[in-house]
Amino acid sequence: MTDLRELYQQVILDHNRSPHNYRAIEGADRVSVGHNPVCGDRLSLFVKLEGDRIADIGFQGSGCAISKASASLMTDSVKGKSLVEAEALFGRFHDLLTGPPDVKVDPEAIRPLGKLAVFSGVREFPVRVKCATLSWHTLQAALKGLSTTSTE
Amino acid sequence: MSPVPAVGAPPVRLDAERLRADFPILATRSHGRPLVYLDSANTTQKPAAVLEATRRYYAEENANIHRATYRLSETATAVYEGAREKVRRFLGAAEAAEIVFVRGTTEAINLVAASFGQAFVKAGDEILLTGMEHHSNIVPWQLLCERSGAVLKVVPITDEGELRLDELERLLSPRTRLLAVTHVSNALGTINPVDAIVRLAHARGVPVLVDGAQAVPHLPVDVGELDCDFYAFSSHKMYGPTGIGALYAKREWLGKMPPYQGGGDMIASVTFEKTTYNVLPWKFEAGTANIAGGAGLTAAIDYLVAAGLPAVAAHEHDLLVYATERLREIPGLTILGTAPKKAAVISFTLDAVHPHDIGTILDEEGICIRTGQHCAQPVMDRYGVPATARASFGIYNTRSDVDALALGLRRVHEIFG
Repeated sequence: MTDLRELYQQVILDHNRSPHNYRAIEGADRVSVGHNPVCGDRLSLFVKLEGDRIADIGFQGSGCAISKASASLMTDSVKGKSLVEAEALFGRFHDLLTGPPDVKVDPEAIRPLGKLAVFSGVREFPVRVKCATLSWHTLQAALKGLSTTSTE
Repeated sequence: MSPVPAVGAPPVRLDAERLRADFPILATRSHGRPLVYLDSANTTQKPAAVLEATRRYYAEENANIHRATYRLSETATAVYEGAREKVRRFLGAAEAAEIVFVRGTTEAINLVAASFGQAFVKAGDEILLTGMEHHSNIVPWQLLCERSGAVLKVVPITDEGELRLDELERLLSPRTRLLAVTHVSNALGTINPVDAIVRLAHARGVPVLVDGAQAVPHLPVDVGELDCDFYAFSSHKMYGPTGIGALYAKREWLGKMPPYQGGGDMIASVTFEKTTYNVLPWKFEAGTANIAGGAGLTAAIDYLVAAGLPAVAAHEHDLLVYATERLREIPGLTILGTAPKKAAVISFTLDAVHPHDIGTILDEEGICIRTGQHCAQPVMDRYGVPATARASFGIYNTRSDVDALALGLRRVHEIFG
């Protein structure tokens, strides 16, 4: 039960219920669809660029609480960031999720992640890593100019 | 084909509590909790008799079959051909030559799509499927259509999850070369009236393939009575080992179908100029077979037959009725698939909680269910849901497993508020 409470933290449940940036963006520069065929999760990501900055970002789709909350918090975190900064953030986020479950998360190391640190409980649930990273993989695909990506 | 014992059948009751002791894995724990296994439609657990048959084969009987002159090879051949005879009797087939061993239902269907397809399906022909098929009874036919220029037609289903037989009859056209239909839906639990469907198709001269993967572990099946042309099943869904299954096919079709794969054992003689093929059923079995799987499958059939399929069907029907009642008490829960004739499979959704989250929370309670699309994406699309949670039952499940599930689902509500 403690593990479950760590996975389903209140912030995650809140973002699942009322996700931020849950909208299509008219005239988006990049649109990409991410799909996890194992669970049927599917999300569309809309990115508006200004130079090498993410000026605006939104998403729509269906998914589990982890994938929806992750997409919501991802859009919050990368808005206004440069492409290089967004990529670096994904790297840190991915490290957080895939770290060994028996090693305690170092609060200093995750400080740059900000609110994304609420996903630290996911490392206890390896099958859920794909849920938490679907929106990020979709962002990567969008920034590379790909229209679809799949976590398989 | 009824989920309850036929009139006149002895009133055998299944003692699931006693049977549970036959399954070593059910004594293990998951996340520190007793294992509550509710995913038998995905794969079943194995009784000790099946494990022992497999072990004994490798420890005492192992050699290659059909080839050598020594005693051990004869023993191994007897094990494998004994399994074929066992399957023949289990399915009520006329002769062992009509039983082709394959890796499982998927390969059985691929075999028919490839081999029957090559012989009988041309551009402009039609293959008729239904809206409740598993991907393994869709994709092989799509591949055949791509190769041949044939066209897929799909019989729609009702909101309850039953086949529209009126549509089925309408879609049977002079161009239909084959009807492929599941006996029991893996995603909805619907038991299809296969005997009536076969009669409708045969009246138009259309042969029928039945996907029996979800049927043979749960209800008595007799291919002679059904009069279907092809019937496919997997060992691992009926308490046997993975990696083996069988295709029943009427001799008249097998005789006219070209080989599926080439290799050893499927030939009578080979020269670089010409190869002649082995007789049925070995013409369709290239390479060294899954002999140990055959030994395990024999033990699994013995186990199911000893339990008594009418008793198994009655026990699982009781669980279905009880579980349906218990789950309906849970606020926000919707069951998909409410056909009057159902196997013990319950697909459901919970308001505002994604099936994947349900699965994770139940797993922490030691409860194994399947979540996702169940290899039946068209069924999910039909109901407009991205995925469902699915509890499915086997001979070892009891009402206390259902109670554990109901309690677990209340936990889901606690966490999601």
